[in-house]
Formats: sequence, structure tokens, C-alpha cells
Amino acid sequence: MRALPVGDRALLVEVSSDEEAQALHAELLRRRAAGSLRVREIVPAARTVLLDGLDEPGRLAAQLSDARLPPVPPPAKDAVEIPVRYDGPDLADVAERWGVSPREVARIHAAAAFRVAFCGFAPGFGYLTGLPARYAVPRHATPRTAVPAGSVGLAGPYTGVYPRSSPGGWRLIGTTDAVLWDHTREPAALLSPGTPVRFVPVDPLPVAPFPVDS
Amino acid sequence: MTDRALVVVRPGALTTVQDRGRPGHAHLGVPRSGALDAPAAALMNRLVGNPPGAAVLETTLDGCDLRPRSAVTVAVGGAPCPVSVNGRPAPWGAPVHVPAGALLSVGKAVSGVRTYVAVSGGVAVDPVLGSRSTDLLSGLGPPPLTAGTVLPLGRPDGTHARVDVVPQPSPPTELVLRVTPGPRDDWFTAAALRTFTTRTYRVSASSNRIGLRTEGPALERAVDGELPSEGMVLGAIQVPPDGRPVIFLADHPTTGGYPVIAVVHPKDLPATAQATPGTPVHFTFVSGRNDRF
Repeated sequence: MRALPVGDRALLVEVSSDEEAQALHAELLRRRAAGSLRVREIVPAARTVLLDGLDEPGRLAAQLSDARLPPVPPPAKDAVEIPVRYDGPDLADVAERWGVSPREVARIHAAAAFRVAFCGFAPGFGYLTGLPARYAVPRHATPRTAVPAGSVGLAGPYTGVYPRSSPGGWRLIGTTDAVLWDHTREPAALLSPGTPVRFVPVDPLPVAPFPVDS
Repeated sequence: MTDRALVVVRPGALTTVQDRGRPGHAHLGVPRSGALDAPAAALMNRLVGNPPGAAVLETTLDGCDLRPRSAVTVAVGGAPCPVSVNGRPAPWGAPVHVPAGALLSVGKAVSGVRTYVAVSGGVAVDPVLGSRSTDLLSGLGPPPLTAGTVLPLGRPDGTHARVDVVPQPSPPTELVLRVTPGPRDDWFTAAALRTFTTRTYRVSASSNRIGLRTEGPALERAVDGELPSEGMVLGAIQVPPDGRPVIFLADHPTTGGYPVIAVVHPKDLPATAQATPGTPVHFTFVSGRNDRF
């Protein structure tokens, strides 16, 4: 664990894996809730957690360099269930990359226990980890100019759901009617860092026109 | 009519509602937003007796024309510009009485970029996550003003002292920005770090509320490859593949994947909001993390 100064009031704490980043994030939230950490923003990302709005970043950096991370605590809440139709335009492409049938893509994806590693890109857009590493897929070389809201996509090790229509390069495997972001709702974001998530297939799983192996 | 509202007659190139933004939601992918020249917005609020966090209008280069439906006190400041009420010249940077139905004209900036218009009672559009600010990156908050937009106004509460004159800094003719190195200065060659702090950059015309883009010598990386996305702060200087530094302003994305070579000192950020395209930019390293100004 390495704490890098970011200006005079922030620290970027770098770790070596997704799991460590999630453990660090959970630990920092615990310290803030306990009153031992005063900070305006705690922003987790892939391999880092940013702490912004610190009075004494130097002191915290010294503390953290000695700290040992407790393991990621079990989720404090039940998994958010996102109903999904596995009907995305890239489903066949993902099936080919995984070496399985489209129906099997849906089964594998719906069987995984996801967790929101971090958010970014747009309000309410979560980067979800939980698929085994062998299922990582590259982004499209050329992003689509418009991805519809509710599209469920894969990029690298992550699954994500587009909260609203936007350009995007993720490989789209499905669609959901879940509302990921609604600023009139409390909380506005369906998914926040640390939230456990499951994708629940809406029947029927895709059959034609995709080839199905039994 | 006695309803407290402001009718937009001419919206100008880009006029948005701004307050102190919505910090505290970056972990959900929500930018902070808020007035780019925050001290100017706070001063205009003081001039009309508003609390410092009241929502004001932020114009871009060519002002805007407004017609209040009830009598209000306004203050126009930030980038200097002509001000008139029903065609009669009125002072810039001072409280101005505007009768109900009169036309307030906020003219083209004679220097600087962003003029702030505070109105007694404040602009009272519905807040989103605690802020009325327009966020041009994520689309939160009210859309940029268009002709015919009617903005509700709050009631002045009378508890904040109105002042008559406040000193305001002139818009910069050059930006000298104090920066703290890192967190990713080690992604750049020693030559690039020298270039960064010794050569002159210029404000690019493609700058906006998300970032102040620069033109100048490209900064060469010492490390190839991709940086996993990481959290970004206000004032972070990101270097995209073209090698030209971009300073993150209020509507910046909450995470980013290009290395941040340095971070601008917060006190030097308001000037960046007022730097017109072509303004020279100099970056100066200040030593270590424990410096305080």
C-alpha cells in the first residue's frame, strides 16, 4: 500500500488488486463512520482509493503505510437484484470469445455474485466485479455513438449497466428495465461502491436465432 | 405581476445556474460542479445580501439579458462588462436596483470570460443532490438557459448584510499556476517535467467548464501503457495522449485514466476561470506535500 500526495488536501492510496482496493475502501468507510477519519470524498477506483478534503494528508499517509488491511467484510445488505433480458447485440460475439453458447453466457453471468467495485463515467454507473478473470473481454475498438439506457455490458473484468443513453464501447449482452439513477429518489443511485449485485434473467433465456447447445 | 421570477430574454453563448456545487458524491460518479470563479460568485451574493451559497448565473464571454417580474437587487461581477437597466448604464460590481419588468442587460466581457449575476433571493430552481448547479458533464441540474426560460427566485431573508463595494481581481493577462507534483509525475520523463515548468503554454479555445485545455509543447511519457482509472481532484492536471496538459475544472469527471502530472493550488483556480483563449500559462512547482499558503 502506497499513499501518494495529490495537491495539499488529498491522498491517492494505491494497492495491488481489485480485492485490496475494495478492502481498503471498506476500512476507510469504517473509520469515517467511527469518527476517526475526517474527509469530504472517498472515491474508490480499480487499484486506488482517493481521499479528498483532508486536513492533514501527511499524517494519514504515515498511518496508512503501517496499516494492515482487514479482509473485505461480508456485504452489510442483501444483493440488489437486476432483472435482465440477455438479448444484447454483442451476446453472440461474447459467446464466441468465451467459447460457449449465448444461452451459457446468460447462465454464467446470472450465476455470478457481483459487487460494485467503484462508480464513474456517469452518475450511477457502477463497475461490477465478480466474473472469473477468464471471461474478461476487450472494449470495442470504436465505441458506439449511442448505447441505450439499461444496456448491460462487459469491458475488461467489469460488468456495467448504462444509467442513461450515452456513447460507449462496452460489449452489450443484455437489457434491464431497472432504473440505475433517479435524482428524485433517495438514494439516487441504485448501485454504490460495495453494493452486492445479482443479475436475474427474465424468462425466457435467448433461443433462436442464436445456436443453442443442449 | 408580483411573482418572484426572472425571464431570460437573451441567454448569451452559455449561461448556467451555479452555486457551490455538489461535493461529496464523487464516489457515485457525480462531478462537484459549481461556479468556476467561486470568489466572484460569493462576492456578488454579498453585494445583494444573499448567503454565499445562493445560486447565481454564470455567463460566458457575451453576457445575457434578463427581465425580473418583480423589483430585485442585482450585482454583476467577475469578468468586467457593461451593465444597463432599460438602456441606462448601471454600475458593474455594485448593487443595482432593477424595477419589475425592466430589462437588465449584461454585456460582452471586456476582459475575462465568466460574468456572475447575483439576484436578491437567489435563483430558486429545484436543487439536485443539494445543489442548483448546472453540470455540463453529467447533465445534472437545470439545463443551460434559453430565451424564454423563467427562473424562480427565492425570497431575500434579510439576515445577510449587503455591502456597497468589494475589491475584485482583474482577469489574468497571464496565468502563473502554483502546482504540486504528482501523483503520477513519475509517468513522465525528466525532460518532460522540465518542459512543463519552464516552457509557456497557452489557453486553448476548446476549454470549457470541464477542463482548461492548453496548447504548447507535448509532454513525453516515461511509462507506456494504461493507467487503471483513478479518482480525480479539482485542479488535477491530466496529460492525455496528445501530451498537452488539461486542468480539471468544476465539471471534471470523477475518475480518469490519464496520468496526473501535478495539481494546481486551489487559490490559483479562480483565475483559470477568467483566462481567455491565448492567455500564456506558466506552471511552477511548489515543494513537498506539507506546504501551506
